[in-house]
Amino acid sequence: MILAIARKAAPLALVALGIAAPFALPAFLVQLTFLWIMIVFALCWDILGGQMGYNSFGNIAFFGIGVYAATIVQIGLFQDVAAYTAAGGMQTINLTPTQYFTGLFVGLAAAPLLAAAVAVVLGLALLGLRGHYFAIATLGLGIAAGELAAAWSYLGGSSGVQVPVYPGSLESGRLLFYFLSAGLGVATFLSLRWLYATRFGLAINAIRDDEDKAEALGLRTTRYKVIAWCIGAVFLGIAGGLVGHIIGFIDPREVAFAGASFGVWMILMAILGGKGTLWGPVIGAVIFHGMRELFWTYLFGWQNVAMGVLIVVVVVFFPFGILGWLRRRYPQLFLRDAPAARAGAAE
Amino acid sequence: MSALLEVREVSKRYGGIVANNSVSLTVQEGQIVGLIGPNGSGKTTLFNSIVGTHPINSGSIRFDGREISNLRVPDIARRGLIRTYQQTRIFRQMSCLDNMLVSVPQENASLRAMIARPVADDLAHAAELLAFVGLASKRDLAAGSLSFGQQKLLEFAMALMNEPRLLLLDEPTAGVNPTLINGLVDRLKRARDQLGITLFVIEHNMRVVMNLAEHIYCLAHGEMLADGRPEDVQSNPLVVDAYLGAH
Repeated sequence: MILAIARKAAPLALVALGIAAPFALPAFLVQLTFLWIMIVFALCWDILGGQMGYNSFGNIAFFGIGVYAATIVQIGLFQDVAAYTAAGGMQTINLTPTQYFTGLFVGLAAAPLLAAAVAVVLGLALLGLRGHYFAIATLGLGIAAGELAAAWSYLGGSSGVQVPVYPGSLESGRLLFYFLSAGLGVATFLSLRWLYATRFGLAINAIRDDEDKAEALGLRTTRYKVIAWCIGAVFLGIAGGLVGHIIGFIDPREVAFAGASFGVWMILMAILGGKGTLWGPVIGAVIFHGMRELFWTYLFGWQNVAMGVLIVVVVVFFPFGILGWLRRRYPQLFLRDAPAARAGAAE
Repeated sequence: MSALLEVREVSKRYGGIVANNSVSLTVQEGQIVGLIGPNGSGKTTLFNSIVGTHPINSGSIRFDGREISNLRVPDIARRGLIRTYQQTRIFRQMSCLDNMLVSVPQENASLRAMIARPVADDLAHAAELLAFVGLASKRDLAAGSLSFGQQKLLEFAMALMNEPRLLLLDEPTAGVNPTLINGLVDRLKRARDQLGITLFVIEHNMRVVMNLAEHIYCLAHGEMLADGRPEDVQSNPLVVDAYLGAH
């Protein structure tokens, strides 16, 4: 009974916490914003990596496309992009508030569309590969995209793009992007929760367990796989658009196509929390991001070593992630609804 | 009765090895047909050819009057031709109920059908078929946690959920305990009698296949050795020689 109430109350409490957090901890506003972005990262990676059994190292490409698309569209609506990027930061951009917000939201709409379009093309080309072959093929995606962006002078080449400055105070700009990120995180979570309860969720789980059998039952596996990748690309594209504005500057390799940081983290977070579950990536993102900030603060100089040790400990002692471990240890508490039973019970 | 499946002079080679050499057979609608033969005689290769797992080298395979040897596996499956596997293939991490729900017929290709929730009819049908194979109490267990025999029954139930017209069963009783075998044979017959599903069965257990099938084909060394009524095939000296070695 108490448990049932707790289950009902927990999401509401989390939402309340999410709304209160930026006011309670104003000093951590940027970190809290990134926490929501990390949750989106982990959730999106888990669509393929956890639910469908396709380990993608290339999801960062969709994020990077979103970073560029949002800003280039925002600038391009009111100025000549080529002249702006050619000036390499020497030319300042002054958008009126109306122009800024029009551009922001048109850009944030364009980002997921472009990312999804690229996901369709790449998906049709790559999702015929299975297992390790798919993983290796995607490994080059982020790197190739980063090099491509760094060589493309329209996008500012390797010197990157200066993102238009928010027309209000610094504080109000940060709050706006916090709530946009939080909204994206909640929207991603709710969309996936709904999606995993449909036939689509069953089909991608079936593809994970035995793709040949799924085909032998008549499932249109290619279509499911491409759509799954597109859904991840949509949310990653929006996340990219937001991150460009949060950081304020787009570097092709360090921000947009940051395969060695964001690209790896999204995988680690999903595995840390428990891949193939709905809450696992969320839990993984919170713990990973929290630990990273703590290590950075208290173990500076050794923060990457500490992070490495954390990862080794998780892989050795919690191979199914934190939620996977909890489900095995306390099945009556953590193994209730159908999607949970689907994902956690067998090895 | 009309011919539901017509295999004409199908050959399949792997490099220099001829797995099927000009094999022909016919399965009539509403029949239960058996396929026997010693190990390595090409039975499973023939199943793979029929369901489109690999392309055939020559010959023709017609299902319901239409050539299917050039179609892909899911396209053939959606026409109502479903197979089960010798080594049972189920979705291990999913519950038995989810295994059933994902096995619904896939003729509706729309995006809306893909993102629909499983409907009450599907749930009821899945529960009914799980009860039919005796797995009603296992519905929420992960399929991978079932015993091998139970997994075979689940795979059979999944095939029925797909509402096929023709079901190819690759050794349905292999690995199933002897007391369960009688129940399984009974259920195979009921699948045909009550659900109208035509069956084409590879089987090594002679007692089962003689009891079940109305017509039997016997393969040996990739070639069709004999066919006829069970009692005729059983007493055919060629068949006896193929199994025991004719020296």
